[in-house]
Amino acid sequence: MNELKELYREVILDHNRSPRNFGELEGADRVVEGVNPLCGDRMTLYVKLGDGRIADIKFKGTGCAISVASSSLMTERVKGATVEESMRLFEQIHEMLTGSGAPPEALDKLAALGGVREYPARVKCASLGWHALKTALSGDGDRVSTE
Amino acid sequence: MSVSVATPHGRGKITDIASLRSRFPGLAQRVHGKPLAYLDNAASSQCPDVVLDAMLEQQRSNHANVHRGVHALSERATEAYEGAREKVRAYLNASGTDEIVFTRGTTESINLVAASLGAELLREGDEVLISHMEHHSNIIPWQLVCERTGARLVPAPITDSGELDLAAFERLLTERTRIVAITHVSNALGTVNPLERIVDLAHAAGARVLVDGAQAMAHLKPDVAALDCDFYAFSGHKMFAPTGIGVLYGKRAVLDRMPPYQGGGEMILSVSFDKTVYNALPYKFEAGTPNITGAVALGAAIDFLDGIDFDALAAHEHALLAYATERVAALPGARIIGTAAHKAAVLSFVLDRVHAHDVGTIVDSEGVAIRTGHHCAMPVMERFGVPATARASLALYNNRDDVDRLIVGLERALEIFS
Repeated sequence: MNELKELYREVILDHNRSPRNFGELEGADRVVEGVNPLCGDRMTLYVKLGDGRIADIKFKGTGCAISVASSSLMTERVKGATVEESMRLFEQIHEMLTGSGAPPEALDKLAALGGVREYPARVKCASLGWHALKTALSGDGDRVSTE
Repeated sequence: MSVSVATPHGRGKITDIASLRSRFPGLAQRVHGKPLAYLDNAASSQCPDVVLDAMLEQQRSNHANVHRGVHALSERATEAYEGAREKVRAYLNASGTDEIVFTRGTTESINLVAASLGAELLREGDEVLISHMEHHSNIIPWQLVCERTGARLVPAPITDSGELDLAAFERLLTERTRIVAITHVSNALGTVNPLERIVDLAHAAGARVLVDGAQAMAHLKPDVAALDCDFYAFSGHKMFAPTGIGVLYGKRAVLDRMPPYQGGGEMILSVSFDKTVYNALPYKFEAGTPNITGAVALGAAIDFLDGIDFDALAAHEHALLAYATERVAALPGARIIGTAAHKAAVLSFVLDRVHAHDVGTIVDSEGVAIRTGHHCAMPVMERFGVPATARASLALYNNRDDVDRLIVGLERALEIFS
């Protein structure tokens, strides 16, 4: 039961209820479709770049609480960040979701996603938005799937 | 265990369905510290003791290849394997064991027919008629053969309650329709299709009929002679046997004209580099060493099912489904997906505040196993405008306590997402 509370922390529930940066972004430089075929999650990530930074970022779609909250927290965090910082963040999130060590302090609020690690079937939900971000920033495609 | 009065055939069948739960050792375990409530039977059902014993005995004492050796073990293995085929034949009321092909499961059975009959029969402009409620395994094999032959795949629509729109089905059934492929029971909605009517209509139009029986076998007892379908496909693991074994029933006259599906040992009579003579039915379609233990286990599962009074089984499952439907529908924001008049054992639903995937994780923490997602039926999800549903699917061993435990899990989900 405690593990369940770790998974559905208040910050996760809050971002699921009221996702930040939700909707379409006009004039986006990169648009990436993300799908999680197993659960039917679908999201579209819009990124506007400028001076090596993420000038603006939005997402829309349907998904479980973990997937929506993870994407919401992600957009909140990387808006204004450099591409390099964002890519480093992707690696740290990936390590937190699949590794065993304590989440790095730098993750701050994003550490709320750490509870997902106890639920291997849900790691894909938490990763979907991040994989879309990585694809958007590396500019190597417009589709990403967790399968 | 109580035994009913004698049937007209003079044979006692089990009517006390609740007593059967104790025959399934897999159910007697704790999950996350809670007793297991297994409600994912449409995905795969648990095995009773007699099936587990049959598997162990086959591997321990009779393990050898079939139809090959003259030694004692090979003869015993062959006898057990062919004995299982006869059990399947008798259970389905097929006219001969040559009409019973062992496969890996429903998916392989359908692929066999699509690849073999489809390639033989379909020409450009022909049509394969399916329904909007099919599992992906009764869509994609037909898409593949349609791509190869230039035939067209036509889905018949379903109604808001999840029933086949029979009037539309009749309209779509034309002289171009060569094959009708339809599910007996929908895995995502629970709808039981009116097969007799469908088969009659299809045959009148000159089409062959394949029935996907995967979801039916644990709940209904199909009689292929009475149904008159050309093919009936099913999997062992959805009817209390293990994974990796399934059956394709096919009418002899139709199977006979079909070319082999896979090549290899067992399916031949003689081989030279110039010419190969194929084996007789059903071996023509059983290339390679088969899943012998799986077939023996399926035979044991059929014996188990054959000992049960199916009227009592249906009464038990329908009462439980009605109870589960009433309890789930009473939850705030719940919507039942699939409300056909004739339904079997499947309760698909969504909660408006909680995504199905979160529902699945939360009820699992209460020891309750359900399926969440699109159930390999994405067109059904699209039809009802939902990305995914939660699905509780019942089997003969489930009881009210399992349903009550599901409700506790769902209430917990609603509390977390309040």
